Amino acid sequence: MKISGAQIIIETLIEQGCDTVFGYPGGSVLNIYDELYKKRDRIHHILTAHEQGAAHAADGYARVSGKVGVVIATSGPGATNLVTGIANAYLDSTPMVAITGNVDSTLLGKDSFQEVDTTGITMPITKHNYIVKVVTELADVVREAFMIAKSGRPGPVLIDVPKDVQKQFCEYAPVPVCRPKEQKEPDEKAVREAVKIIEESKQPYIYCGGGVVISGAGREVEQLAERIDAPIGFSMMGLSAVPSENRYNLGMTGMHGRFASIKSNAEADLIIAVGVRFSDRATGNKAKYTQKARVVHIDIDPAEINKNINSCHSINADVKKTLCALLNKLEKQHHPEWMQKVEDMRITETSHFHTDGRLHPKDIVEKVMEYTDGNVVIATDVGQHQMWASQYCRQRKPRRFLTSGGLGTMGFGMGAAIGGCIGAGGVRTVLFTGDGSFGMNLNELATAVSNELPLVVIIFNNGVLGMVRQWQTSFYEKHYSETTLNRKTDFVKIADAFGAKGFRASDINSLDDALKKAFSEKTPTVIDVMIDMNERVLPMIPPGASFDNIIIE
Amino acid sequence: MFDKQFVLGVLVSNHAGVLSRISGLFSRRNYNIDSLNVGVTENPAFSRMTIIARGDDCVREQIVKQLEKLHDVKKVEILPPDETVLREHLLIKIKVKKQTRSEIVESVNIFRGKVVDFNMDSMTVEITGESAKLDAFIRFASEYGIIEMCRAGALAVNRGVTSLSGDEDRFE
Repeated sequence: MKISGAQIIIETLIEQGCDTVFGYPGGSVLNIYDELYKKRDRIHHILTAHEQGAAHAADGYARVSGKVGVVIATSGPGATNLVTGIANAYLDSTPMVAITGNVDSTLLGKDSFQEVDTTGITMPITKHNYIVKVVTELADVVREAFMIAKSGRPGPVLIDVPKDVQKQFCEYAPVPVCRPKEQKEPDEKAVREAVKIIEESKQPYIYCGGGVVISGAGREVEQLAERIDAPIGFSMMGLSAVPSENRYNLGMTGMHGRFASIKSNAEADLIIAVGVRFSDRATGNKAKYTQKARVVHIDIDPAEINKNINSCHSINADVKKTLCALLNKLEKQHHPEWMQKVEDMRITETSHFHTDGRLHPKDIVEKVMEYTDGNVVIATDVGQHQMWASQYCRQRKPRRFLTSGGLGTMGFGMGAAIGGCIGAGGVRTVLFTGDGSFGMNLNELATAVSNELPLVVIIFNNGVLGMVRQWQTSFYEKHYSETTLNRKTDFVKIADAFGAKGFRASDINSLDDALKKAFSEKTPTVIDVMIDMNERVLPMIPPGASFDNIIIE
Repeated sequence: MFDKQFVLGVLVSNHAGVLSRISGLFSRRNYNIDSLNVGVTENPAFSRMTIIARGDDCVREQIVKQLEKLHDVKKVEILPPDETVLREHLLIKIKVKKQTRSEIVESVNIFRGKVVDFNMDSMTVEITGESAKLDAFIRFASEYGIIEMCRAGALAVNRGVTSLSGDEDRFE
């Protein structure tokens, strides 16, 4: 049967198991939207306020569900508005397919209305991208895009489709869902060598990253910790892999990690790095990072091995398969002295916490957690609040903590929370944000309201761009250049104006009241929580410094 | 570690945009590229690139791995100097006078070059060889005056029956 290019796009999306797309219509995607209209019983389209929000929503949706997130935008500004969202997905390895319209292929290259070189712009921030100029290639391109997005280390793929190609007709025959390529098995010899190194270690430390979440290997990491009696530290991307209750869980390591996690990371004689890429924010001074410890690196992406940190041994394979192979061979280990040392560091850590009656960010996060259950989706924006959330959120379920790790995108949170909420079947969702980050994409409150999502937005409102201000305090002689917002924005009224409910809290009791009300609502709420502008995120490893230079107070 | 020059043979899909994908990878990852040459292979579905790049051992390893991640890249190999035939190509237009004409032609022959265009005032010479040989000829030509020159990046293939695509068996 002959159908149009636009129809082929929708049919192949359905064929590949996609039932939800995020997007924004426009001139060059009118044909696609016309087909969406006809197939609205099969594909649910979420209209956002801005294409960036749609891209972050597709990203959040994919993170929560493990499925490929799909976003549609028109040519020109539609496509450029996606760019930040695509880059964000690229740096955090989220499987995503972005479909953009473009001007008629006869108008390409003529600076036509709403024309940009979309594939050129997105080339460095996608796993792969296409411009489809022949309609007969379209169906296979969409299928291949899904395949690339979810195979190996996941990532975004963009398909640019000129409008005339959407209108052309060709034969179409459905095919089954493309299974991602079988993830790579670990090499047996490499596993044996890793077992030997692990069994030689006296002070092992498991460093768990986003690859563990993607590979679904949280349980295996827990088993590994049990088996070899070793603490687990996390990159921010890996936080949700293991529940906070696990006694080996030390929480996040790196620049703003938890004290015990950073200290154990520094004291370890072996770092078993699983699905991590040793970002500069996670390692600090790279030369000193491996001074005391050997590194065994497990990652699906061969290019990550020896990219940032030289490992003494590496296994390039699927994280879950590798951990299973290791668990088959590893003998039970006991490291009572090491674990005691780790416990002592935890005790030291609790002594750093303030109890001066102020509304400390830690108390806010913990108070919010009291209102949530194990199904909650937590999203964050970027800045101080993101670190506080990363430090103090109780992790209960993998894929339920959505944060912009690699790109550090202020404005990620609203879209991600919307996509995450929908991806999890409309469960209670909490967004931790700051007054700076929220200001970037608060327009998406409209989307949350329209879709009646049970979203609670917690704004850490300090009237400043807190993280940048903190750096200005520490490294720029308190020159608070353009970080004092001094805005007259009333977030309670904003919430009201968007059709959400707004509350304000300035101490623990008013916060408790607001939370009680917010969590009894089934539609979006915003709680504006006032905090001190001089609040700092601690501990902190200054940029480029080693873990020994940890600042606690 | 010192930056060393190395030669990469890269087999890629033959369609639009592949060159910018490869060159874009080099610039965005901050790798140095000395020359890049691309042309279609005996199989029109593939092009072959010869890339001369520079970097320490870590950079070299990363370049190969990052190239291998690109969807359009089918095969990447570092071609070892001893096992590789490597050729550059030079077209050079030299000023000539009546008195210098014969000595220039003589040296073109010594360099195993070819005169491909000729008139009263200039001579265009084609020379093929390794980099050092071309450099030597350019130095020589500059004594007479170079009007313009054009130098192609290196082409390189493995010595012996082995090939980048690895399917030499198909000829048996």
